[in-house]
Amino acid sequence: MNNFHARRAAAFAGDVPHAHWHDTALWFVRVKRDRGAASVPEWEGLRDAAAGIKAHTLSRLADYLEEFERNAQANGIEVHWARDGAEHNRIVGEILERRGVKLVAKSKSMLTEECGLNPYLEARGIEIVDTDLGERIVQLAGEPPSHIVMPAIHKKKEEIGELFHDKIGTAPGLSDPKVLTEAARQHLRRKFLGAQAGLSGVNFAIAETGGIVVVTNEGNADMGTSLPPVHVASMGVEKVIPRARDLGIFLRLLARSATGQPLSTYTTHFHGPLRGGELHVVVVDNGRSAILGREPFRRSLSCIRCGACLNTCPVYRRSGGYSYSYLIPGPIGSVLGPQRDPVAHASLPFASSLCGSCSDVCPVKIDLHHELLALREALVDEKVLSPGKRLGMRVTGFVLRHPALYRAGGRVVRWLLRTAPGALRLGPGGVWARQREFPEAPGETFRDLWKREGAGRAP
Amino acid sequence: MSGARDAILAALRKNAPATVALPGFPEGMRYPDPPAQFLESVRAVGGASLRVAGAGDLDAALASLPVWAGARSAVSLVPGAGRSTVDLAAISDPHELEGLEVAAIRGSLGVAENGAVWVSGRDLGPHRAVFVIVEHLVLVVNAADVVSNMQEAYARIDLERPGYGLFIAGPSKTADIEQALVIGAHGARSCTVIVVG
Repeated sequence: MNNFHARRAAAFAGDVPHAHWHDTALWFVRVKRDRGAASVPEWEGLRDAAAGIKAHTLSRLADYLEEFERNAQANGIEVHWARDGAEHNRIVGEILERRGVKLVAKSKSMLTEECGLNPYLEARGIEIVDTDLGERIVQLAGEPPSHIVMPAIHKKKEEIGELFHDKIGTAPGLSDPKVLTEAARQHLRRKFLGAQAGLSGVNFAIAETGGIVVVTNEGNADMGTSLPPVHVASMGVEKVIPRARDLGIFLRLLARSATGQPLSTYTTHFHGPLRGGELHVVVVDNGRSAILGREPFRRSLSCIRCGACLNTCPVYRRSGGYSYSYLIPGPIGSVLGPQRDPVAHASLPFASSLCGSCSDVCPVKIDLHHELLALREALVDEKVLSPGKRLGMRVTGFVLRHPALYRAGGRVVRWLLRTAPGALRLGPGGVWARQREFPEAPGETFRDLWKREGAGRAP
Repeated sequence: MSGARDAILAALRKNAPATVALPGFPEGMRYPDPPAQFLESVRAVGGASLRVAGAGDLDAALASLPVWAGARSAVSLVPGAGRSTVDLAAISDPHELEGLEVAAIRGSLGVAENGAVWVSGRDLGPHRAVFVIVEHLVLVVNAADVVSNMQEAYARIDLERPGYGLFIAGPSKTADIEQALVIGAHGARSCTVIVVG
């Protein structure tokens, strides 16, 4: 388990044209994000405000959840509480079974993925249809999402054409995204019209007004919750914000960070059920309260799930979502996963170059790369690293504490680089050199240069 | 489930850090001519936009739109503009709206920075599904109700409680297949915004 990410990443990167395509597709999104951010002069001010509002809310989370509950109930919304995924699934299942629901239209929710809601409902004879196009694609393929905003980003259009031919009866050989999207629209329209309930996630829950906000581009959450009389929305405890006007900050950041759009197409505010219907909100902890108590990791609870840290991450772009052992991939998932199970996800804090780009693009300023480093330290303390890595760290530590040894080592490596670079490939450096050449050995070291010139010039 | 509720709230209280104060709000960018910027932003998010001088011009403006003029079924929820071929009040089940070709709906606010229109549930008639199930959408906003940015928008929005309301920014879209932008995912295939005044 310890080298999970490295093994999966090696397999992903082994298909060079596909890995390159994946890298390019995500970089395209990152560039759009940059353009979106640059179009707002007060961007950094918005990030500061968003981070500040989240920090404030996390420091008074219980108060705000109580306020949300009180106001939501006054709006006719039923609020439920679930300590963990099993409790969440049981609550949702009971609501649906009470109404005799057989078909449910679900819009995107990473929380229901986390809780394993789909298999739970399917085992009870309820058909649950993911209605976000990307989610429907991976659902039909029997795969989890490989990205939190673009669940099927790893699939090429030809693959999707084949899948649709196989599963929803389209003509063989389709690959035009327009034609495929239209086929999915027709297929899912029938599901929307047949569904007796709609499920959704929650992007924001407003304490002050007792409402929830759900954001989509496709309109699937609106279709799914405006036709049938029952709407069940699942939210993590961290989704609450104090006031409606805070949305003015978060919404300006969210879509621009996610896809570069100035705003998603539909930003729907639910402050009560459909006429004659029911609106249930399930508030889920599932480990979040424990993360709240853990400095420095509590800041990861500020995440608004935009996916910007995935798109910018050089490791994510080159290794794909399925290289991560946690269901949320990329930097934020590599922080959240080990909080749940440090041993199972021990490879994730190392799936990073610590370049810090994730922290730079994060709209709520989560210090992701610092948290990844802190997780590495915690893993060393918990002794879950592989013996090879532990030995390597010990040797490195020893060498760095002994300057003479460090200098001698440098001389040996430079000599090898000049005379027998092939030999270095046999050692631990071979991993580094797998996809790149060793550098030229410098004729003079920095230390030599400093002795000769720098010291004399120092002020 | 009060056991779960109390346990969760107690755990959150126990693990909460010391109270952090709420930060101040940054000023949002302002445009010299918000309605003009709004018309441009609507197009940038995949919509169409036009401007008319007054409410009296709305009928002619609707008639000039191919999605309106060519529609076999149409609903206007804009008081005094356009003719409905479907009586929404006579429909008891929103599923019957399937196949509706065009709907004109009043927006109470436009946002210049992103082309979004705030639509209140009160302006959606008896079936709120109308804006998303319809094939083509026309939104009507007064020029005087266009603000520069989202901070200003939330300062003016009246969140009815209980109630419903949403921002609509352009037509339904997706880029879930190879990042290729496709207009018309599940909701309206086109979104035309008419600014009045």
